Amino acid sequence: MKPAPFDYRRPGTLAEAVAALAGEPNAKVLAGGQSLVPLLSMRLAAPAMLVDINGLPGLDTISVEEGGVRVGALARHAAVLASPDVRRVQPLVSLALANVAHATIRNRGTTVGSLVHADAAAEMPVVLSLLGGSVDVEGPAGRRTIPADELFVGPLESSVHHDEIAVSAFFPALADGAGVAFEEIARRHGDYALVGAAALVDGDEVSVGYLSVSDVPTVVDLSGVPIDEMGEAALERLEPAEDIHATAAYRAQLVRVLTTRVVRSAYDHAEGRA
Amino acid sequence: MTEELHDVRLTVNGSAYEIRVPARRLLSDALRHDLGLTGTHVGCEHGVCGACTILVDGSPTRSCLMFAVSAVDHEITTVEGLANPDGSLGAVQQAFVECHGLQCGFCTPGFLTTITAGLRENPTPTHEEARDMIAGNLCRCTGYQNIVKAVERAAEIGAGG
Amino acid sequence: MTTKLMGQKVQRVEDQRFLRGLGRYVDDVNVENDATMLHAAVLRSPHAHARILAIDVDAVLDIEGVHAVWTHEDLTGPMAEPLPLLIPHPALTHGRTQYALAKDEVNYVGEAIAFVVADDRYIAEDAVGLIRVDYELLPPVVGVDAARAATSLVHEDVPGNVGARLEQNVGDAPAAIAAAPHTLVLDLTIERSACMPMEGRGTVARWEPDLNRLQMWTSTQSSTGVRAAVAVKLGLDLGQVDVITPDVGGGFGVKINHPWPEELLVPMAARALGKTVKFTEDRREHFISSAHERGQVQHIEVGFDDDGRLLGLDVEFWHDHGAYTPYGLIVPIITSTQLLGPYKPQNYRVVFESLYTNTVMVTPYRGAGRPQGCYAMERTMDAIAKYLGKDRADVRAVNFIQPDEFPYDQGLIFQDGRELEYDSGDYPASLVKIKELVGWDEFPAFQAEMAAQGRRVGIGLACYVEGTGVGPYEGAHVHIETSGKVKVATGLTTQGQGHATVFAQLVADELGCSFEDVEVVTGDTRRMPYAVGTFASRAAVMSGSAIHLAAKRAKEKALTIAADALEADPSDLQIVDGVVSVKGSPGTSIDLGTVSVLSNPLRYAFDEASKAATQFSVGDPGKPPVPEDEEPGLEGRDFYSPERATFASGMHAVIVETDPETAEIRILKYAVVHDCGHLINPMIVEGQIHGGVAQGVGGALYERMAYDESGQLLNASFMDFLMPYVTEIPDGIDIDHLETPSPLNPLGIKGAGEAGVIPSAAVFAAAIEDAEGIDITAMPISPSELYSLRQSQGQEHSA
Ligand SMILES: Cc1cc2nc3c(=O)[nH]c(=O)nc-3n(C[C@H](O)[C@H](O)[C@H](O)COP(=O)(O)OP(=O)(O)OC[C@H]3O[C@@H](n4cnc5c(N)ncnc54)[C@H](O)[C@@H]3O)c2cc1C
Ligand code: FES
Ligand code: FES
Repeated sequence: MKPAPFDYRRPGTLAEAVAALAGEPNAKVLAGGQSLVPLLSMRLAAPAMLVDINGLPGLDTISVEEGGVRVGALARHAAVLASPDVRRVQPLVSLALANVAHATIRNRGTTVGSLVHADAAAEMPVVLSLLGGSVDVEGPAGRRTIPADELFVGPLESSVHHDEIAVSAFFPALADGAGVAFEEIARRHGDYALVGAAALVDGDEVSVGYLSVSDVPTVVDLSGVPIDEMGEAALERLEPAEDIHATAAYRAQLVRVLTTRVVRSAYDHAEGRA
Repeated sequence: MTEELHDVRLTVNGSAYEIRVPARRLLSDALRHDLGLTGTHVGCEHGVCGACTILVDGSPTRSCLMFAVSAVDHEITTVEGLANPDGSLGAVQQAFVECHGLQCGFCTPGFLTTITAGLRENPTPTHEEARDMIAGNLCRCTGYQNIVKAVERAAEIGAGG
Repeated sequence: MTTKLMGQKVQRVEDQRFLRGLGRYVDDVNVENDATMLHAAVLRSPHAHARILAIDVDAVLDIEGVHAVWTHEDLTGPMAEPLPLLIPHPALTHGRTQYALAKDEVNYVGEAIAFVVADDRYIAEDAVGLIRVDYELLPPVVGVDAARAATSLVHEDVPGNVGARLEQNVGDAPAAIAAAPHTLVLDLTIERSACMPMEGRGTVARWEPDLNRLQMWTSTQSSTGVRAAVAVKLGLDLGQVDVITPDVGGGFGVKINHPWPEELLVPMAARALGKTVKFTEDRREHFISSAHERGQVQHIEVGFDDDGRLLGLDVEFWHDHGAYTPYGLIVPIITSTQLLGPYKPQNYRVVFESLYTNTVMVTPYRGAGRPQGCYAMERTMDAIAKYLGKDRADVRAVNFIQPDEFPYDQGLIFQDGRELEYDSGDYPASLVKIKELVGWDEFPAFQAEMAAQGRRVGIGLACYVEGTGVGPYEGAHVHIETSGKVKVATGLTTQGQGHATVFAQLVADELGCSFEDVEVVTGDTRRMPYAVGTFASRAAVMSGSAIHLAAKRAKEKALTIAADALEADPSDLQIVDGVVSVKGSPGTSIDLGTVSVLSNPLRYAFDEASKAATQFSVGDPGKPPVPEDEEPGLEGRDFYSPERATFASGMHAVIVETDPETAEIRILKYAVVHDCGHLINPMIVEGQIHGGVAQGVGGALYERMAYDESGQLLNASFMDFLMPYVTEIPDGIDIDHLETPSPLNPLGIKGAGEAGVIPSAAVFAAAIEDAEGIDITAMPISPSELYSLRQSQGQEHSA
């Protein structure tokens, strides 16, 4: 399990990084490497070039902005999880991050990398979707903002172009009076979840995002549905799949259970903040 | 085609090393085979087992998920760097002896580095925190019971106990 | 008197090295600079069953850094023949083994096809990727059901996919069952798992042209076995081959099978290329090319009386042994015999078929067939109790062999070809202890209390007997050097069991030297060429006994020489802290180092000690310097070869909670009562139990080999093969010991290595069944499967 050969660039500026990507159609960005390096070592991916963005200045910032919190491309999961600003402005990010892998992986893996990687079993894509956040990318044509609902286009596929670098992600703040909750069930502690659910409630508005249920992170609006029926209602919009760890019926059951649990605790959370 | 080689300067356990390696050389391999620091072990090469865990600027990191070329500009600590300056065993190492925290010893370096950093951050872990501190490392021999004890014992030794 | 170390929690001497990162595992071996050493990679079959039509390696040799590539076509002499069938058995009528490199056909995903040697492993893998193979796909046979149906055959010339069929009878079980007042039938399955040591396999070999010898390091459980196999296969004299077992990062059985193809290909390549060659298996390779175990389908018929006493037991099972049978029938034979555990079945019939499938082969994994046997027997006990409405512990108790019935002959032939005769044990006493430890009698009240809160808890109990310390023999060599240091060598290997510590304890006790002065070497054929290996919980019993005997011999010799020097009678001497003295007059003494000096008369002097030993200063000028019937040097060498195995035993109990909504299974309490005779080092024995229990939890609740119908292993990574982290293992394992000594060896010990894992499938199935009220007949079990069971029982999903 050793990677195939590749050319390596470690640019010192964003412009150089974008140029390097533009110059090699089969190049890939290397951020924390916690998803990419295993794929390389198993030779499931063999890019001709890696553009290592870890030397780029100023991308490891976590900053509170108007209406939310912005996380730079080199902010590690661990730093985001430890940030009191993040926890205050949008607690769902912190709640979900605590479920991402193990602490050691979080020390190196980046939150933005996890969004671009677009794994439907990952926590952060669903959080970004539920909150209606966005990712800023820089490419040869300059900078653009991709809203979450346009970001995740298929299994392990995001709409970030091959010659673009995601520079930051924006998570909207939690509105006054609103509440959030996150819960997942995994086979082993720290594993990717069999099913995970994140809830956002604000008065009568209820939406729940699901991971590991569909090909892409999926958010379901459950406003107006009685709480005990929310799971079933969500299932009408989801098609849980079977894999070696769980049958589709079991995933559906977890959707039922987790939906009720997260919505309840999101309301508890909202009440606690009031 | 000859593969391009990169001059890489690594700082490991306080010493500087210069090596020439292809970009694809995993940091774990560079430590083990280019520097001869074979204390860092490789159990899976996909980030799950933790045997290869080293400290990068003090933070536990999987060395199998980093390339040597990306490890410049960092202070690396491996198991070989955990003993006290006088050569005696460090607190975590000592606790592993006392608690029988290892059998075959293959997973051990990853546990030692992880716990060393963990106790730096949290010198007085509760029992639950002690378990949580090692929750990302696999051991096939010990059933973890004595490793948890070793975390708690190391905290005691660290506190002068 | 120095205090005895036997029975003490002595800290391990090997830890110092390991904790400093100074262990030497096979991939650490750096006999040459790593840069000049060559590295191997293997092309493995991507198909479960295919004919190889053509292999094209041309592209490979153009790669810079590639030195050589071999396919079967390039192998000659014995190397071109199939690998040895290590343990033949008359019932194994259709034994088959693979070739070092596949010839014409591949029979599992992962089978070795080509062997590439290059400057480094990266380049070797590049090269492997460029080899082109044309395959003609053949229908794969996956799983016991497909093997039995035999619509396709794994090996054309093995009808019905049946490698072996073996039946044993004690009394007339079918007749006894027919006549019994009550009968039950059970159909059970248990799936595959694997040893999964943290270190995979690995081999380094160096051909030394100047000496005309081969030196190799391999991560094995049998260095003498590898040595003999390499000599035969490479056409070398045994004396030309040295095999050194470096530190081994776990074995658990998978490294007892040998020679693995790479254990032959690496030395072959080293000799051909005149360079040191290294192969280090990676994790994916370990999943698809190293052995698995456990998969069986079982059919049980049992007859019993009103008390639950067995009258007849008739067991039929089908054992999935994968594509080849290099390790013979050891696993199913152990299942079929050790199934009986601590019980007297009165009449027993067991028949098994060992079946070929297009999957990785099966060789022993810790427990080696016992977990399956224990599962069959203990599920049967639970079923009887349920049927009669009796306490599950009581039903077991009426069937126990009683303490006054030992030695107890079960009337069967065991895995070593000898009678299955239990040497000693006290099962009723163990039952009392386990019930107390787990809180058996209080549990129903707790269960009711939990039920009132809507919580489901269940308790399970499982008992086992384990034949340990099987023959044929082990040996030991003890050498007291002139420095007083004691060098001990035994041939079997070490994978973390702390042999360097426990064996040193035995030597220090017997010899009266200090523990710190003893250094133990294992698994080095240069130091002890006669040995068998580390398996079947045999190291402490076999090598421990041999070391004890060898130390005794060294001691006798030391006393004879010292008696001469001190002008005393040997029987008046004692050895304390490495000093021989006359009892009652401590002033008259001589240290062991000096005795060693006296034992070896020299012509030449190198230092003070040797000066004192020259022939001018030692001995009686009227006698030969080395007395007749004596040898120079203060050494002892001896072998231990018992008539039969010694039988350890134990009982496990577990309390689990199952989530009514998510079907998650949580362990609330795990208790172990264990009897391995006298304990040499309780700390190490408990460590073995902890590790075994953890592997048992993995095997019962998390791990399986997920093959699809085409024979692809879908979970060949640590991401998807769910080995437990600390978070999945109970927080605390309660252990109590019973010490019923074995009469078969001088130390009264029994093996302890495998015990922790044997009852897990049985005990978890029992506890989950108790919590859920659903029959559990297939293990391992995941929350998803438990949920499916609930649904099939019509339990409404609650949320
Ligand atoms: C053992 C283990 C367990 C894990 N468990 C979980 C888990 O439970 N949940 C979870 O969410 N994740 C898990 N992960 C993955 C982890 O969170 C990764 O860190 C994350 O998915 C990717 O972040 P990264 O910075 O490591 O990205 P990399 O691995 O460097 O890159 C991943 C992909 O994204 C692209 N990319 C990364 N950053 C950018 C950027 N700024 N611009 C453009 N493209 C970019 C890369 O080209 C690559 O294709 C686990 C990983 C491991 C090894
Ligand atoms: S070898 Fe790096 S995590 Fe297993
Ligand atoms: S001590 Fe062997 S794997 Fe942990």
